[in-house]
Amino acid sequence: MIKEQRYVRELDKPRQRTIPLAVVATVLFFLLLLRLWYLQIIKTDEYRAMSENNRLRFLPVAASRGALMDCNGEVLVNNRPSFSLAIIPQEVGDVAATLDRLAALLKLDRDELLERWEKSKGRARYYPVVIAANISREQVEMIEENRLRFPGVEVTMKPVREYLYKNSAAHLLGYIGEISDKELDDPGYGEYNPGDYIGKNGIERAWEAELHGNDGGRQLEVDSRGRVLRVLSEKSPTVGNSLVLTIDGRLQRIAEAAFGAQAGAAVVMNVTNGEVLSFVSSPTFDPSLFAGRIPPEIWKQYLEDKRHPLENKALSGQYPPGSTFKMITALAGLEAGVIDENTTIVDPGYYEMGNHKFRDWKPGGHGIVNLRKSLKESCDTYYYKLGEKLGVDRIAAMAERFHLGQPLGIGLAHEKKGNVPTTAWKLKRFGKKWLPGETLPVAIGQGYLLTTPIQLASMVATVANEGTIYRPHLVKRVVDPDGKTIKEYGSEILGTTGVSAASFRKVKQGLYAVVNDPGGTGANARLWDVKVAGKTGTSQVVKLGEDRKRAVAYQYKDHGLFVAFAPFDKPEIAVAVVVEHGGGGGAVAAPIAGKILRGYFDLKKPQQPPKQKNAAEQDETPQGAEDDAALPPRDAAPLRRDEE
Amino acid sequence: MIDRRLVTNFDWTLIGIVCSICLVGVLNIYSASAAYKLVGAPYYVKQLNWMIFGLFISLMVASLDYHILEDFSYWFYGLLILLLLAVLLVGKRSLGATRWLNLGFFTLQPSELMKIGIIITFARYFNNYHAADGLTVKDMYFPLAILAVPALLIMKQPDLGTAMLVVLVALSMAFYVGFRWSTIMTFALVTVPMGWFAWAVYMKPYQKNRVLDFLNPERSRLGSGYHIIQSKIAVGSGGVFGKGFVKGTQAQLRFLPEQHTDFAFSVFAEEWGFVGALLLIVLYLCLVLWGLNIARRCNDRLGGLLAVGVTAMLFWHISINIGMVIGLFPVVGVPLPFFSYGGTSMITSMVGVGILQSISMRRFMF
Repeated sequence: MIKEQRYVRELDKPRQRTIPLAVVATVLFFLLLLRLWYLQIIKTDEYRAMSENNRLRFLPVAASRGALMDCNGEVLVNNRPSFSLAIIPQEVGDVAATLDRLAALLKLDRDELLERWEKSKGRARYYPVVIAANISREQVEMIEENRLRFPGVEVTMKPVREYLYKNSAAHLLGYIGEISDKELDDPGYGEYNPGDYIGKNGIERAWEAELHGNDGGRQLEVDSRGRVLRVLSEKSPTVGNSLVLTIDGRLQRIAEAAFGAQAGAAVVMNVTNGEVLSFVSSPTFDPSLFAGRIPPEIWKQYLEDKRHPLENKALSGQYPPGSTFKMITALAGLEAGVIDENTTIVDPGYYEMGNHKFRDWKPGGHGIVNLRKSLKESCDTYYYKLGEKLGVDRIAAMAERFHLGQPLGIGLAHEKKGNVPTTAWKLKRFGKKWLPGETLPVAIGQGYLLTTPIQLASMVATVANEGTIYRPHLVKRVVDPDGKTIKEYGSEILGTTGVSAASFRKVKQGLYAVVNDPGGTGANARLWDVKVAGKTGTSQVVKLGEDRKRAVAYQYKDHGLFVAFAPFDKPEIAVAVVVEHGGGGGAVAAPIAGKILRGYFDLKKPQQPPKQKNAAEQDETPQGAEDDAALPPRDAAPLRRDEE
Repeated sequence: MIDRRLVTNFDWTLIGIVCSICLVGVLNIYSASAAYKLVGAPYYVKQLNWMIFGLFISLMVASLDYHILEDFSYWFYGLLILLLLAVLLVGKRSLGATRWLNLGFFTLQPSELMKIGIIITFARYFNNYHAADGLTVKDMYFPLAILAVPALLIMKQPDLGTAMLVVLVALSMAFYVGFRWSTIMTFALVTVPMGWFAWAVYMKPYQKNRVLDFLNPERSRLGSGYHIIQSKIAVGSGGVFGKGFVKGTQAQLRFLPEQHTDFAFSVFAEEWGFVGALLLIVLYLCLVLWGLNIARRCNDRLGGLLAVGVTAMLFWHISINIGMVIGLFPVVGVPLPFFSYGGTSMITSMVGVGILQSISMRRFMF
């Protein structure tokens, strides 16, 4: 056995050291006993009195949440005081009888009171349980008058969230709600107590730490009748910080109104810094309902609405970008040298690859098509051919340079990343090789491509500013309760595309034509005083076979898309509009974008119509295009044809 | 296979004391959790299961010759350091700290194992290191290094209580080996500024709060000091003979926090009074003194070191926990061995008892 071979060391000095250790241990235990003697024998009467007659009560004082303001300082979300009815478990005695009397006196639903009371089982007995929130002043008075009949019942005042514009920007602002047991266990919510209200969605959730403030409270020693004997400790609440958002409340409401009853999303972004000016997901909901019990009929209505009001479509909705993606395919072609602005094709209305015919949306075809016309009329055949030459990986590489297929990090929960397919992606996802025929739908923004509206806005903003990708952001400043700015958020550049300015200009000319040239698909977004450039898109929800029969149910109808930026010469804002199941983008999405752009420029104080100077500043020359010949009269032509 | 001498020398005193404490603990948990509404097995039944399982483990450990601990001590130490690192990287978060590793079928708390790990590692180190006239500062460089790594990793989780225990156990063992006076003086001169640094730079606000709460329970932070006040009321109101089993108002009305785990002693002191508390503390004192006795009568150096290490671990748990619930120490969340509800603490303590038993049984063999 091992132990026989082992050299065992003699125990030497340490052996005696067990004695001092024993002495130390005995002395320390003796100290514990001494302390117990002091507590249990000398001071026992005092402590016994405290444990028998007196109770410690804790009265929380909720902090006011910080306000949310739009970029002009207009308050969007605020608080108003509200009263709630609470029971302190250790003092109430007969709960059932108390609930009976309360329900009778205040004309409240007893079952509801009971339900909330039951939920509190297992919590500390000194902590008040809210059994009815938001009670009226009359009810408060009735309780106060009958105080003596209701031992252990307290009226507490706390601030309630008020959304001043009701449903406006609900998905962005989010809502608050009572903290759940799961969240209470989450260390991120360490400082909270049961019954606290915290941000559950949107900005309210993402910025909870700034907005919440610090709750205060008082530790009271009360007698058996609930009378305060002394205040053991007190802490006053601190109001949360307020946020100044990048959103313009007025523009937001204009954009929401433009949707009417249609479902969809719109994002308006400043192209020079990534500030989000509007963030629409339609239809919307009433965030104030989430702070309490949502009336079941409204809840049912939200859930059953096939337009999904609770879904944040601007951030979590993933749509094939449709023809709006053609600007990416075009840039990929230009940068790769596969096409230039003069490359033309003849479009018979379809593109043949192998023995398969890929159809253009226009049955007869577009005739002779160059780059400008391909964008203006959204010619599919042009991009089928370009896509085949480029291959999917070169298209995907360009899309990724625009941060498509990756979350932009706007800072709200549930941001989706979309999808940009590559050969490697397909191999990994499906274990199959990419087929050449699958590239063609991708080239026109269909197939496995998915984008969110916020990505589309960022994409067109990047085209507008010719290559800089800004992180879209929603908060301009954090302001403390005294109105002092604590933090300021400027623009953050996520990257640059590395695409040459020349290529951008060529594509932008095409986008200009989409809105302003006769036969352009985006004419519905045209403004009389500001030059708009954009691109329509229609993304198929389901493949409907060759002759797409249009008599289909709502959920199978196409999504209409439109992306735009303006003014053309010196871009300020980018807009992306998606109308779910609305049909063609030019018909449904472009008018909404037009209204939003109209709203933006109207709000911006009516400015002088573009002067001659604008035209002179322009350093690019239009590239030959046969359909330019029939330009309609305009206030100021962006293309100086006469000087050519 | 099993040497007959092992059976004849089985240390019944040790097992007797441990079982008595455990059973009192189970009864107390029954009372402490009587006010709980529960799904599943009640806590006292679970604790009884842990106790039996723990005794089984302790017998397994006892049946091994403790000298094998020396052979794998550094491997064990290395493995535990890796696990502690893993906790920080991929650990499971719960109650504001990352202490657990999810191994699929159960969760492991490496910091708890580190208590045993540091005992074995230090025992091996000092077993092979001779310091005839007591340890000099230089002699402590290496031991302090192997102590600092796990202590800092545990502190980072953050688990101040366990980190403190690991350090205390290790230092107790070094003390057993013996210091020179000059060494003690030097350490005093170093630790005071370091303590200041820890306070000013390293400690989390909640840790500082706990220390400040301890110094002044009436501090104004929301709800802080509440635990101590309620615990003191419970203990104090128990008086000489206590309020009786399952009759403690503080416990039954659930004024006490974590009353079946860290504050189990308060429940006991409330219901059994000073007399009960005295008996329990005497039982614990017997356990500690018996552990030291095992160290004293053991004839080889390694056994002595291991026995002192295990005894120190139990001793510091006991005094910190009781000191905490009666307001002598800050609330650091240290369980009372064999008494607080919880499998992890039970297993760790029982492994320690197993080591003690192993040493005790083999006292005539070397």
